[in-house]
Amino acid sequence: MTAQAVAREEVVRAPAWSPAWISQRLQKVLLHVVVIGLTAAWMVPAIALFTSSFRHFEDINSTGWWTALAPPFKFTVDNYAKVLSSGNLGHSIFNSFMISIPATVIPTTIAAFAAYAFAWMKFPGRNYLFLALVALLAVPLQLTFVPVLKTYVSVGLVPQNWGFVGVWLAHAGYGLPFAVYLLANFFRALPSDLFESAEIDGAGTLTVFFRIVLPLSVPAIASLVIFQFLWVWNDLLVALIYVGGTENVAPVTVTLANLSNSLGQGWHLLTAAAFLSMIIPLVVFISLQRYFVRGILAGSVKG
Amino acid sequence: MASVTYDHVVKRYTADVTVVKDFNVEIKDKEFMVLVGPSGCGKSTALRMLAGLEQISEGRILIGDRMVNNVAAKDRDIAMVFQSYALYPHMSVYDNMAFPLQMQHMKKSEIDTRVRNASRILGLDNFLKRKPRALSGGQRQRVALGRAIVRSPKVFLLDEPLSNLDAKLRGQTRVELQKLHRDLQTTFIYVTHDQVEAMTMGDRIAIMNAGILQQVGTPGEIYDHPANLFVAGFIGTPTMNFVPASVSDSTAKASGFEVELPKSLPSGKGTLGFRPEAVTDRVAEGSPQFEMKVDVVERLGSDQFLYGQVGGDQVTARVDPRMAVAPGDRVKLGLDTRSMHFFDAESEQALL
Ligand SMILES: Nc1ncnc2c1ncn2[C@@H]1O[C@H](COP(=O)(O)OP(=O)(O)OP(=O)(O)O)[C@@H](O)[C@H]1O
Ligand SMILES: [Mg+2]
Repeated sequence: MTAQAVAREEVVRAPAWSPAWISQRLQKVLLHVVVIGLTAAWMVPAIALFTSSFRHFEDINSTGWWTALAPPFKFTVDNYAKVLSSGNLGHSIFNSFMISIPATVIPTTIAAFAAYAFAWMKFPGRNYLFLALVALLAVPLQLTFVPVLKTYVSVGLVPQNWGFVGVWLAHAGYGLPFAVYLLANFFRALPSDLFESAEIDGAGTLTVFFRIVLPLSVPAIASLVIFQFLWVWNDLLVALIYVGGTENVAPVTVTLANLSNSLGQGWHLLTAAAFLSMIIPLVVFISLQRYFVRGILAGSVKG
Repeated sequence: MASVTYDHVVKRYTADVTVVKDFNVEIKDKEFMVLVGPSGCGKSTALRMLAGLEQISEGRILIGDRMVNNVAAKDRDIAMVFQSYALYPHMSVYDNMAFPLQMQHMKKSEIDTRVRNASRILGLDNFLKRKPRALSGGQRQRVALGRAIVRSPKVFLLDEPLSNLDAKLRGQTRVELQKLHRDLQTTFIYVTHDQVEAMTMGDRIAIMNAGILQQVGTPGEIYDHPANLFVAGFIGTPTMNFVPASVSDSTAKASGFEVELPKSLPSGKGTLGFRPEAVTDRVAEGSPQFEMKVDVVERLGSDQFLYGQVGGDQVTARVDPRMAVAPGDRVKLGLDTRSMHFFDAESEQALL
């Protein structure tokens, strides 16, 4: 691919300072400016948060965060120390993991099985079921709170008895339509020859799923895991509804919201807390992104 | 090892889409049968019904004496090589070949022996650890073959396995496949749209057109005695000459010449067919001859093809390469009456 790209560039390269050359250069520069601009616009709040979290309380209140980037440098880790020791942020992070991991694993697992059925198994009503599922994508979440909560209460599925099970199931439900949709489309794009070949080779449905479909779908599953994990980790509304704000069960998002009420004046601590909650999804993303290997199908069928 | 029988097999997708019509053929044990026909004629469908990848709408398919209509693909004891090869991209060459054996829960040591044996036959020893994407087209094709032969199936099915290879490799692999067939002593059913592959590889050839089986026979039979106009035109390059003619008794009269046929036919109109090599520059005494106005001359070294007009008809002649001709010339050519064909105007069936 690289060789081709190089070759293509070679072909279209115009002589220096000709009009075509200038317009090509301009296009390139413009492209870079736009990309860098967008990236910067997206990064600024995060950088501001990051910088502020290392500043002293008085500085935060008196000057803008950018002044910290010029000498004299006066950074501190006090904010982090205070947040981690005093508040119950540590416990909230633990709660967030307790919620996010099952709330990612459950829907991803169910979705993988369901998507395989939708993509490669023939059963009556398949297309209508799939359509109904896609239609669920359009249902606003808020609409479901009252009926779902009522049902939970009536069957006793409340945090006091069942811990996080209720919120796991809720997140699984909210995540499934998109997850199934994404995976089914990916599975469908796998070459049908592979399935037929496996069938002749004697592989049953489950063997095909575990030995062929799953290994080939690692990129799709990795992106799904990232999406779902980020969504659950950053979610405040669903957690507030199904878990509540009680200290021992509240996830990071809920605790942060509470902090910003109680620490209205002390938002130097808030910056540190917020950054801590941001760093985890970032780590998840970076550690999973190497699975987005492109061209994983290369070599299977003539392309 | 087994014979294969198609008994009045029909494949219908919907009520009015029938892609294989009343298909009857018996493939003998250890035979190399080639199924050939133009694109879209239903040859892959016929093969896929045998493989168990496609339901049979009507009729029966037997492998040996066993009817397999309702037997699952994996229980038919067949192996198939796909046009796309369909290798498992995430598995090494070794695992690709071991996969069908693992599915049979074979012992590890036995799997190893078989895979190594197949890789030796196919010259894949140095590639066993590689993934398919790190192989050339020809090597991938051999892995696909390897995956089929490790199983020692009763019947081998191959659906245009050479069509993704370049011309030279295709020629080589053609020879290798024939050798493989000899060594394995197994029934091969080979689908192709290439008549050269069909003629060179098949013990017998089955020719299909538009879902209908046209003729089954050895390459020689099909070349020398095509059953109808389609078969006559499909096999042979350049194609057979077809000129409209009318017969009375045993004389056929075309626009530019007259020939005496070896036997008398019911009088009427039809198509006279003769291959380019039946036309010769050595005009024999008493044999039919005609004058050709040459349009194009093609010299291939060993052969020389003349394309031109005889009377009102387009005719191709294969003549001695040393004959000096130029486009625009009028040349006198003779006709070998031993290999004349005559096709009925209505049914297009061969009468001669
Ligand atoms: N699912 C289907 N529904 C309806 N028609 C189909 C379906 N699958 C195949 N066909 C038709 O069946 C006919 C035969 O297809 P088949 O694949 O057997 O052709 P083929 O002879 O193998 O051609 P090729 O040489 O191009 O591979 C084609 O005309 C095709 O359009
Ligand atoms: Mg085909």
